[in-house]
Amino acid sequence: MLKIQDLRVSYGGIHALRGIDLEVPDGKIVTLIGANGAGKSTTLRTITGLVKAEGGSIQWNGEELLGKSIDKIVSAGIAMSPEGRRVFADLTVLENLRIGAYLRRDKDGIAKDLKRVYELFPRLEERSWQLAGTLSGGEQQMLAVGRALMSRPKLMMLDEPSLGLAPLVVQDIFSIIREINRQGMTVLLIEQNANMALKIADLAYVLETGRITMSGTGAELLADEKVKEAYLGKHR
Amino acid sequence: MQELFPYLLNGVSVGGQYALIAIGYTLVYGILRLINFAHGDVFMVAGLVMVYATTAMPMYLALPLVIAATVVLGFVIERAAYKPLRTAPRMSLMISAIGVSYLIQNLAFYITGGVPQPVTTPIPWISDDILVLGASTKRVTIVTPILTIALVVLLVYLIQKTKIGMAMRAAARDFETAQLMGVKINSVISMTFVIGSFLAAVGALLYFTNYPSVAITSGAMPGLKAFVAAVFGGIGSIPGAVVGAFVIGLCEEVIKGLGYTTFSDAFTFALLIVVLCVKPTGLFGEKVTDKV
Repeated sequence: MLKIQDLRVSYGGIHALRGIDLEVPDGKIVTLIGANGAGKSTTLRTITGLVKAEGGSIQWNGEELLGKSIDKIVSAGIAMSPEGRRVFADLTVLENLRIGAYLRRDKDGIAKDLKRVYELFPRLEERSWQLAGTLSGGEQQMLAVGRALMSRPKLMMLDEPSLGLAPLVVQDIFSIIREINRQGMTVLLIEQNANMALKIADLAYVLETGRITMSGTGAELLADEKVKEAYLGKHR
Repeated sequence: MQELFPYLLNGVSVGGQYALIAIGYTLVYGILRLINFAHGDVFMVAGLVMVYATTAMPMYLALPLVIAATVVLGFVIERAAYKPLRTAPRMSLMISAIGVSYLIQNLAFYITGGVPQPVTTPIPWISDDILVLGASTKRVTIVTPILTIALVVLLVYLIQKTKIGMAMRAAARDFETAQLMGVKINSVISMTFVIGSFLAAVGALLYFTNYPSVAITSGAMPGLKAFVAAVFGGIGSIPGAVVGAFVIGLCEEVIKGLGYTTFSDAFTFALLIVVLCVKPTGLFGEKVTDKV
């Protein structure tokens, strides 16, 4: 379980996170919704260690993550599919997946996980020798998720997986997120597409200018008038 | 043709030396987007260490020591002068590189007293005179290109087929995402400096053994030429640096062979200007994509 308390982050005097509290229980899908610049990406980037926090705590199964190096956090079982997918364009699909397992030494386990990723995304197996830069946006998103899976994480964080993808492809990606979760993975999902995210989420938080303003189950927030108005594009 | 042959032979050898230095420029540029101005001076230090080491101890100790000392120097430069500037604008990094270059030259001035240090004990065997198809030369002329190609093949294998090589390619593309995969970015960067310095040390051994003395500015010209070679081939590309180096080495020597010795250096730098005007990405250069 991931437990964030009073997390504060600033960039050059601008407060990106003003003390947020958030819990991600094991085996659940938790989503963080909010407008652009609310601090969603900052939250994920701070968890991975890419961004240094100003104060607060991030506990992962009782262990403090703040101040740990990125590779230690990855080893602890946290993986991320970053915003914009960020696949390594001039590495092959297979190399992209292999680098996801960079910190692992168990050859058999890596081979097993590679097979599992290929089962989830048959398209990636067909294209394993292609350079990742030649894949379509949807395929790149699958690769980014597959790459994150290759570290055999316990918590998978996804930053805007639907960004710039066609609606049908978005549906594919979301059904795979569900599938990964069914296999036991804890998921922390950031989405602009609040509607889709709330539908699959067990728990949801609303982030506004660096503060959590609302939380509840996905269904609760989906039914909430204020959320409807602000994030689901439905008017009174 | 018969008169030009010795020059061609020399050109291939000079090209090999340039290639060994040029790879250092191109590797570092590939990952840090930095022109490491201190690289030519690292080459010079390798020459100085060779002069001192070969007079003080037997060859089998001296040569490994030269390589080890150069590698350590490259590593220390990165840790002391570039690593603290990881998040600074790229211009700061470049200024730091220029500073390191002057620092090394001045330290060398302090140690040598500004006097060129004569190469009294050239490396045996490769310094022997031999005849190649009627042309008299030293064995090092033949050894250099062969050794260069062998090292390049090894390097390409390392980068294409090994795990650390994969991490280097990933980091060259996207620092942040590579870190998200657990790649320790500082180790990868150190690795590129270690490889670059190692190759420069080998280049220095082959270069200075054939040379009367090592002065504190001895690294400047080969360093600049190798830099031109790296730009000509497309900076960031290893095959580019190698091809560029051999082309420049050959052209320079052929120009000398045709009796225009005065213009051989001018040719190289004119080539740099032409490349920058006509095709700034060089022969094999990637399109310039700035890292976000």
